[in-house]
Amino acid sequence: MSTHEESYYYVPGPSAWPLVGSFALLLMAAGSVMLMNKVGVGMPTLLAGLAVLLYMMYGWFSKVIAESRAGEYNKRVDVSFRWGMGWFIFSEVMFFAAFFGALFYIRVISIPDLSSIDNALIWPDFKSVWPSAGPGFKGEWDPMAPWGLPAINTLLLLASGATLTWAHWGLMANKRTQLAVGLFLTVLLGAIFMGLQVYEYSHAYQEMNLKLSTGGYGSTFYLLTGFHGFHVTLGVLMLMVILFRSLKGDFTPKHHFAFEAVAWYWHFVDVVWLFLFVVVYWL
Amino acid sequence: MNTATTTVNGHSAGHEGHGHHPAGLMRWITTTNHKDIGSMYLWFSFAMFLVGGCMALTIRSELFQPGLQLVRPEFFNQLTTLHGLIMVFGAIMPAFVGFANWMLPLQIGASDMAFGRMNNLSFWLLPPAALLLVTSMFVPGGAAAAGWTLYPPLTIQQGMGMDMAIFALHILGFSSIMGSINIITTIFNLRAPGMTLMKMPLFCWTWLVTAFLVIAVMPVLAGAVTMTLTDRHFGTSFFSAAGGGDPVLFQHIFWFFGHPEVYIVIIPGFGVVSQVISTFSRKPLFGYASMVYAVAAIGILSFTVWAHHMYTVGMPVTAQLYFMYATMFIAVPTGVKIFNWTATMWRGSLSFETPMLFAIGFIFLFTVGGFSGLVLAMVVVDVQMQDTYYVVAHFHYTMVAGALFSAFAGAYYWLPKWTGHMYNEKLGQVHFWLSFIFFNMTFFVQHFLGIAGMPRRIPDYALQFTDFNQISTIGAFGFGLSQLLFLYNIITCIKGGPKAPAKPWEGAEGLEWDVPSPAPYHTWEVQPVVK
Amino acid sequence: MTRAAQRVSLLRLAGGVVLTMLAQAVNAAYQVNFQEPATKIAQAVYDLHMMMMYICGVIFVGVFGVMFYAIVKHRKAPGRVAATFHENTTVEILWTVIPTIILLVMVWPVTKTLISMRDATGADITIKATGYQWKWGYDYIKGEGEGIKFKSTLSTPREQIDGKAPKGENYLLEVDNHVVVPVGKKIRILTTAEDVIHAWYMPAFAVKQDAVPGFIRDASFRADREGTFRGQCAELCGKDHGFMPIVVDVVSAEKYSAWVAEQKTKMAAVADDPAKVWTLDELKTRGESVYAQNCSACHQPTGKGLPPAFPAVDGSKIATGPKGDHLNLVLNGKAGTAMAAFGKQLSDAEIAAVVTYQRNAWSNKMGDMVQPSEVKASRK
Ligand code: HEA
Ligand code: HEA
Ligand code: HEC
Ligand code: CUA
Ligand SMILES: [Cu+2]
Repeated sequence: MSTHEESYYYVPGPSAWPLVGSFALLLMAAGSVMLMNKVGVGMPTLLAGLAVLLYMMYGWFSKVIAESRAGEYNKRVDVSFRWGMGWFIFSEVMFFAAFFGALFYIRVISIPDLSSIDNALIWPDFKSVWPSAGPGFKGEWDPMAPWGLPAINTLLLLASGATLTWAHWGLMANKRTQLAVGLFLTVLLGAIFMGLQVYEYSHAYQEMNLKLSTGGYGSTFYLLTGFHGFHVTLGVLMLMVILFRSLKGDFTPKHHFAFEAVAWYWHFVDVVWLFLFVVVYWL
Repeated sequence: MNTATTTVNGHSAGHEGHGHHPAGLMRWITTTNHKDIGSMYLWFSFAMFLVGGCMALTIRSELFQPGLQLVRPEFFNQLTTLHGLIMVFGAIMPAFVGFANWMLPLQIGASDMAFGRMNNLSFWLLPPAALLLVTSMFVPGGAAAAGWTLYPPLTIQQGMGMDMAIFALHILGFSSIMGSINIITTIFNLRAPGMTLMKMPLFCWTWLVTAFLVIAVMPVLAGAVTMTLTDRHFGTSFFSAAGGGDPVLFQHIFWFFGHPEVYIVIIPGFGVVSQVISTFSRKPLFGYASMVYAVAAIGILSFTVWAHHMYTVGMPVTAQLYFMYATMFIAVPTGVKIFNWTATMWRGSLSFETPMLFAIGFIFLFTVGGFSGLVLAMVVVDVQMQDTYYVVAHFHYTMVAGALFSAFAGAYYWLPKWTGHMYNEKLGQVHFWLSFIFFNMTFFVQHFLGIAGMPRRIPDYALQFTDFNQISTIGAFGFGLSQLLFLYNIITCIKGGPKAPAKPWEGAEGLEWDVPSPAPYHTWEVQPVVK
Repeated sequence: MTRAAQRVSLLRLAGGVVLTMLAQAVNAAYQVNFQEPATKIAQAVYDLHMMMMYICGVIFVGVFGVMFYAIVKHRKAPGRVAATFHENTTVEILWTVIPTIILLVMVWPVTKTLISMRDATGADITIKATGYQWKWGYDYIKGEGEGIKFKSTLSTPREQIDGKAPKGENYLLEVDNHVVVPVGKKIRILTTAEDVIHAWYMPAFAVKQDAVPGFIRDASFRADREGTFRGQCAELCGKDHGFMPIVVDVVSAEKYSAWVAEQKTKMAAVADDPAKVWTLDELKTRGESVYAQNCSACHQPTGKGLPPAFPAVDGSKIATGPKGDHLNLVLNGKAGTAMAAFGKQLSDAEIAAVVTYQRNAWSNKMGDMVQPSEVKASRK
């Protein structure tokens, strides 16, 4: 019942890349600790760590790509990659869940609680409203309005999801131009999105007095959108790698898991944005 | 290094560079072999156990008498914090990942784990994390001293040791998430033909559930400590009332991770014990299917009970009631497991080699810990016990006599397969009995301390608590010393000893016993067919 | 002896050791249960705990009775063949359903007790307990005694802790100012904290309530007998978490009224005249006692602190720099460190005194002083 082909499974040989990676993380952690506590040589260490990390990723992924080109990855390895990527995205979902949870808690539980009768002993004239920067915050600030840039950003990301799918169709039909154009458009839309986010942040800091330190609203706003933006950045980088690879002729209509993995990731980032748009900007 | 060696070794061997892996240190650094990686995990875990144990002994020595003798209070708090973090994340979790690496591929008939290189990375992330935790004791301000639960605002006040702990947790999180992705993928995709899910040994099932829990909750912990980090350094106010946040918010996020975490610590142990009990009863496991359902139920329920650690923070009564009911309900599937084990032994043909002794010791003492958990689940009783030594007694019964004892059982059970030699049975039995007696001496009396009102995490205590503390401290030293026997037994077993047959245990079942002892470097390159 | 017999005798030996230990424990009258309850709720908790112990004990004996029977009777022996059964739906359903029923039985009385425990309505006296690193502050905010305010700090001498003097009877469980409440009256305790989380824990009343900074939480009790009751802070709150006990005196209604009157006159006597201009020496003497009560836990009586966690004040830049900065730091604290905003805890005179003291104690010889009026002016 089992053929030889099915039971074959490629196991990579010895590799030093993991150790390089772990060294990179150690440097980055040590660098960040020093930087945040203003001791020692924080920034250089952090940057060195980042450089080692990039070097590791380059080396490791080059090896993976070479193995893939050499035909080492049969159907079964491909299935493993699918499971792996799927669970990785699930872990990312849970990471965002923690921050959405914090937003929910602050809005629905702690702000109303702080304005309760008992808490009037501490915060006599605090009223429960949202957006709020908390009872101890002094100063004026404005919350984000949903129907300007954020709405445009939503459209951009939705469009990028469509262009990516279009590129995928191209790949499956072996229309390489459609693949390349689709990917390029996706990268472009992602990059515009990032540019608008950066603009929005600087606007918020300079004109709206909305900062990380603007109480619960500022904290949840910046961490949620910030981590999302970070994921968009990663996604754009990954899309660029994929674009580059497809220009060099990688991927076949049947065999292109790297493309799909990046597409899954990109759609995940999209969906997170939709949630963000609704609960952070809109409601 | 970048130019890939792309030799395909025919289709008979799935291993790149088969047969010419580097020797010496480079072998361990670069290995993608599940057995090598498993061994490294196990050694790392034991080393961390010794480090965390020495911290525990310092804690116990300070508590031998009332008054401050050995350490200053601020250092005492650092010891408690690091002891908890190191034991949970450095000793117990890696121990079971080590078992998983070694045994899962053998048990399901796979040639290796699904992602060999990533497996190596999962392991090699542990040393940097451990380094960050241990060296944080020597930086200005010392290590994190807010307890392993890291409650703000205390964490906001502390020095750079806290940041080191936070980054260590991030790295440990990466490591265990990658490890778990590897395990899940291996189980779902690499089983031998005919090895259906419901034919898998129970150890595989327990790890499947555990890996799911790890992937679901480690990112949540990462989120929690990230918020702590930004509150500390970037002016956010997640945990500060002045900004509309709440210190209790951290507790909710932490325990949403933390409660599943305690089952992450114990569930693989359930798997080990199930197999050991069945082997030495020479009888199939009673209620295999209900065992699987029970483990899955425990895993799922574990997401719904977190706030039983927070009964005293001032939640609404309705919330307290809900969390109490949900918590107590976990006793049902756990009870099913206890009863199934008993039924497995019933009318078997029992023998009591060391793995069996530890497994029975596990069931006996874990039940004590489970019952004290149930007592704690009762809100009104917990109000008396929360943050007292009763809680400390509870979780050492579940984690030391539970997780650790089951790890001992597994280690003795599979040592012959790993080393090709039998360990010294006499010594193993002495190890068990000394551990059993001293364990109870250390931790049973802590129930009394807690009931009488001794708070935990204190370096000094009122006079009426003296006697029990002294018993506990003596017990702790006895328990610690007994572990040296284990170390000695393992080393002699690796070095020599009677040759072990492929299947050293009469009643054992499973594919792992079909390969020779010691298991060759590559196994199941051609997958077996399970009928 | 055969191996089996050897094992049995080993088991017996182990059992014997455990039994002797238990017997000894009882003989020595070690405290193995809750403190004697002093409220109805505490009594209910005590009883519930006993109920749990009995139920769990019975289940435990039942389960392990069966298991040990198997261990003794079903051990491997020549000719013994293990049975092969491995499931039985009936018993599996039974041992799922019966525990569920047992749990329901347990949960019912707990639910009732919990609801009455959390009911803080109809209180006769309301006291706010504020946790500080590391002492408690009490404000009587409603009922007889309204307006009384004091701090309650560990009064066990340092020498006893360091082992330089024999330990007294209530070692670590004694404070300078006791909380006093009348017997039989419902007392509502509001907890909060200034810096980190603490917990107000009084075992004899079955009260434990976290004190969360920025929030008010509550608990209540009605003591049914007079006496002095002792508890401790029950949430890790930093270095001296083990050294912030709680002492409550439950007294008769008459004694309580007398205590209230006494406190009121005492408070009136020490109330500072805001307009008064102090001399340097007055400030220094007053400052020394304020320092000992509020600052020396961290900065140490020697002013040398415990660097790097707690910096020295002796010779420090701030204490020997411009007095405005010094005053400002003490008033507003430093965010993100253990240095609290003492402006909320101390009066103008006390702040003035302690700052003046710090500028003129040890090797600090600034010679200047801060008047209460200056403190008042720099409060925002
Ligand atoms: C391996 C780890 C582990 C395990 C398995 C458990 C299992 C359980 N735990 Fe425990 N627990 C911890 C580790 C663990 N715990 C830790 C580390 C802490 C403290 C963290 C900290 O604050 O630092 C803690 C704290 C803790 C608390 C909070 C205490 C406090 O701080 O106030 C509570 C309260 O509900 C609790 C309850 C339970 C319950 C109900 C179970 C149940 O799963 C137990 C179920 C088992 C049984 C009940 C026994 C067998 C069953 C039968 C024989 C069936 C028949 C029985 C009946 C019908 C009664 N635990
Ligand atoms: C699985 C996890 C695990 C394990 C295995 C242990 C093992 C032990 N624990 Fe731990 N413990 C925790 C998890 C664990 N603990 C957690 C989570 C906390 C809470 C932390 C917090 O409050 O934040 C805690 C807290 C805790 C406390 C409370 C501290 C406090 O509240 O201040 C105490 C006190 O007795 C204690 C004792 C011990 C002892 C004596 C052991 C022993 O079993 C250790 C035995 C091992 C050795 C001793 C080392 C091996 C031997 C040698 C190296 C040889 C040399 C030996 C000699 C010279 C004798 N632990
Ligand atoms: C809970 C601990 C704690 C207590 C109690 C405390 N302090 Fe501090 N104090 C600190 C810490 C921590 C710092 C360091 C803050 C920093 O990092 O700048 C500090 C800094 C100071 C400094 C500045 C020292 C310097 O030059 O760096 C002064 C002055 C000071 N405190 C005065 C006081 C006074 C007055 C009191 C009592 C009314 C007091 N402190 C009570 C913890 C404490
Ligand atoms: Cu205050 Cu612990
Ligand atoms: Cu729990």
